[in-house]
Amino acid sequence: MTNRTLPRDPYNIVITGVGGQGNVMASRVLANMLVRRGYRVTIGETFGMSQRGGSVMSHLRVSQKAVWSPQIPKGRADLIVAIEPLEAIRVLIEYGNPGVKTLVNMRPIYPVGVITGESDYPEDGQIRAAVGELSAEAWFLDATAEAISLGNPILGNIVMIGAVAGLAELPIDGELFAAVIGEGMPAGRVEANLRAFAIGAAAAGKG
Amino acid sequence: MPIDSSHGAGDEVLLMGNEAIARGALEAGVAVAAAYPGTPSSEIIETLSGFARPGKLYVEWSTNEKVALEVAAAASFAGLRSLCVMKQNGVNVASDFLLHLVGSGTRGGMVLVSCDDPGALSSVNEGESRHFARLVEIPLLEPADFQEAKEMTRWAFDLSEELRTIVMLRSVTRMSHASGNVRLGELPSAGGSAAFLCDGPVTDAERGPMISAPVIQKHRLQQQKVAQALKRFETSPFNAYEGPARPELLIVTSSACALYSREAVGLLGTRDRVGILKLGTTWPIPPELVKRSLAAAGRVLIVEEVLPFLEEQVKVLAAEAAGEIGIKTIQGKNDGTLPMAGELNPDLVACAVAAILGIAPPALPAAYCDTLRQYAALAPRREQTFCPGCPHRASYWSIREALRRDGRGGFVCGDIGCYAMASLFPAAGFHTAKTLHAMGSGTGLASGFGKLGGFGMEQPVIAVCGDSTFYHAAVPALINAVHQQAGIVFVVLDNSGTAMTGFQPHPGTETNAMGDRAPVVDIAALCRAIGTEVAVGDPFALRETRETLNDLLERKGGVRVLILKQSCALSPEKKGKKGFLMRVDEGLCRGDACGCNRLCTRIFRCPGLLWDRQAAKARIDEVICAGCGVCAGICPVEAIRSEEAPRL
Repeated sequence: MTNRTLPRDPYNIVITGVGGQGNVMASRVLANMLVRRGYRVTIGETFGMSQRGGSVMSHLRVSQKAVWSPQIPKGRADLIVAIEPLEAIRVLIEYGNPGVKTLVNMRPIYPVGVITGESDYPEDGQIRAAVGELSAEAWFLDATAEAISLGNPILGNIVMIGAVAGLAELPIDGELFAAVIGEGMPAGRVEANLRAFAIGAAAAGKG
Repeated sequence: MPIDSSHGAGDEVLLMGNEAIARGALEAGVAVAAAYPGTPSSEIIETLSGFARPGKLYVEWSTNEKVALEVAAAASFAGLRSLCVMKQNGVNVASDFLLHLVGSGTRGGMVLVSCDDPGALSSVNEGESRHFARLVEIPLLEPADFQEAKEMTRWAFDLSEELRTIVMLRSVTRMSHASGNVRLGELPSAGGSAAFLCDGPVTDAERGPMISAPVIQKHRLQQQKVAQALKRFETSPFNAYEGPARPELLIVTSSACALYSREAVGLLGTRDRVGILKLGTTWPIPPELVKRSLAAAGRVLIVEEVLPFLEEQVKVLAAEAAGEIGIKTIQGKNDGTLPMAGELNPDLVACAVAAILGIAPPALPAAYCDTLRQYAALAPRREQTFCPGCPHRASYWSIREALRRDGRGGFVCGDIGCYAMASLFPAAGFHTAKTLHAMGSGTGLASGFGKLGGFGMEQPVIAVCGDSTFYHAAVPALINAVHQQAGIVFVVLDNSGTAMTGFQPHPGTETNAMGDRAPVVDIAALCRAIGTEVAVGDPFALRETRETLNDLLERKGGVRVLILKQSCALSPEKKGKKGFLMRVDEGLCRGDACGCNRLCTRIFRCPGLLWDRQAAKARIDEVICAGCGVCAGICPVEAIRSEEAPRL
């Protein structure tokens, strides 16, 4: 069991994005890091039809003592990690509170309704204003752009997990990430993941 | 990161509920596991596949749930431990055999795992499989966390073997697809050996034939087995009470709802007023244990998903025991304290508990709520649709064009798979698919529609069917349509795997669940053998597909088959690999002046196509585009250009 205390117990994290952005992978990696640190972690998620182009959301409950419900109660997120900006707003509306911290990858994925002209995608400034007002602290990253420069846009999810480490709210770091990501991944792909993590950590780093 | 053989006893690992169930079966020494894929159940067999070894563990994806249950039962009859897994509505498919299996009894421990989907997160029904346990009279278990999912599965085999009956374990999406810490136990080293002893008299449970007759005698025997199970349930560690000795309110709950209840009571700060009786053995409920809890409580709330299954049992028990425990007020679904449709969550439970106790439900500061309201409408809905590069979009596009040209008001009977989205979200299938029911029902319905010509119905009927659904349940309906000479066009949307649930193999694929090579049951050959004409095409070839469809629609007579073959955009051989590099030629795209009314973005609706508002022209989103090249064929002025992508 770890002797590092959490900012809150349970510490509630929502990782959100759009199907295909590697949301599930991100939640697994983060949870596995925390299990290695001795925490009890519950991940709540759904996949299947909900994944096909729709909004996806993983709920992580991190605790030193108990198994928590796979659904975070409304208004009770401590940290929101959004791999897509619209989803940051959607999750804040449901799980936000005056203490929540929010990390947003600013690369939009347009809903079909926006593509067809039936609805409007909020402008960059509107997104920043909404996220800023609904969060105690907010960070806006260009995780997808960074990931493309590393050769694969999917790595945006790992940039975001790196950013979680950069916040220093949780006892996770690059060394732990390397140990977890190395499990079951071909060695050739590990390097890009490590770089993505480091970029994210630096982007949200406080020091 | 699923469990594999590198994890050993004593390790604490993060497991999905389904992986925990699989691990429990492995620790129990399961020798045969069979299933048909269905969300949220599929990962159980996928996990077991990684442990399959000749003579130790045989795993198969069966053609449907009834066959899976029969395959697993054969192993039990031969003395091996066996597991059968399905989603909630799969139990309906398997239930005919299940009823008779209960009559014949089992030998080697046999467990049926049903993963229900409250809230229909990945289903087109909210069916509750728990009622089957009562219907066919078998013990029912429901795990309420991840460690318990493993332990309970393991114990279910012991119970089954002791009672010589199949035991049912019911999970839900929020258990099966959620993950948590699980401490692993030992895996048995010895494999089993199989022999079907059948030379004894019919009443010999160990050496007789396995049949459900003499029926009354076997039925009575089953009821004795259930009574025996109840004795175990009374002292089972899977039933636990937490809370004050004399709670003001007693919550009786099971499964994920136990976690919601605990969270709700904590949120409200009412741990000293509310007790929680978490039941792991939920049919039949252990009467003495429940009566003791009821006797100590003031009021009672039953928290469960979806229908009032525990509630009705508790109410019957409370009525029978009223003289002993006093008259109790029992709330739950029947009185509307909790909703009877849709899934529950901690908030719904907290509101119900708060209302009963007369306290305020948890709330955020008013100023924050005001800000929330201000932004509530900022995020537009994210409608589900086919993936970029999905062959179904192309197939439905051609079906739409063919039906428009045909002009007789034809429609599509939909079926189960990703292509069901055409029925669920009409724009995804261009408003062509008009029915959606059970596996294979599109073909059965079409067979019926195809006989209504004599009543003046002139609309042509197209049944669509995925490759896995074809083997599962469409074949009997198709044979019916052929024999009855129903006038239909039967379109197989063959994307080379059970795509929706994660590419499980099926009888049309070259490998099986063990990863071994397996003979292919060819859909075209099977269709021809039952007497249909068969055309085979590539759905990405839009014009040819449309022309073939129109030709088939115009022909008179019985069943006409078109197989549209193109593998899923997410399949391992395609994922992340673009066939074409797409671009919109800005010089050619006329934008709003074209007269096509933004056909590509507004009607075709592939997420890889964007409408650039500033330029007022279409554009490709290179991150999203899968490079299938299909959209090049829809632009009336050929402004969408494709060039072959370099091979990586």
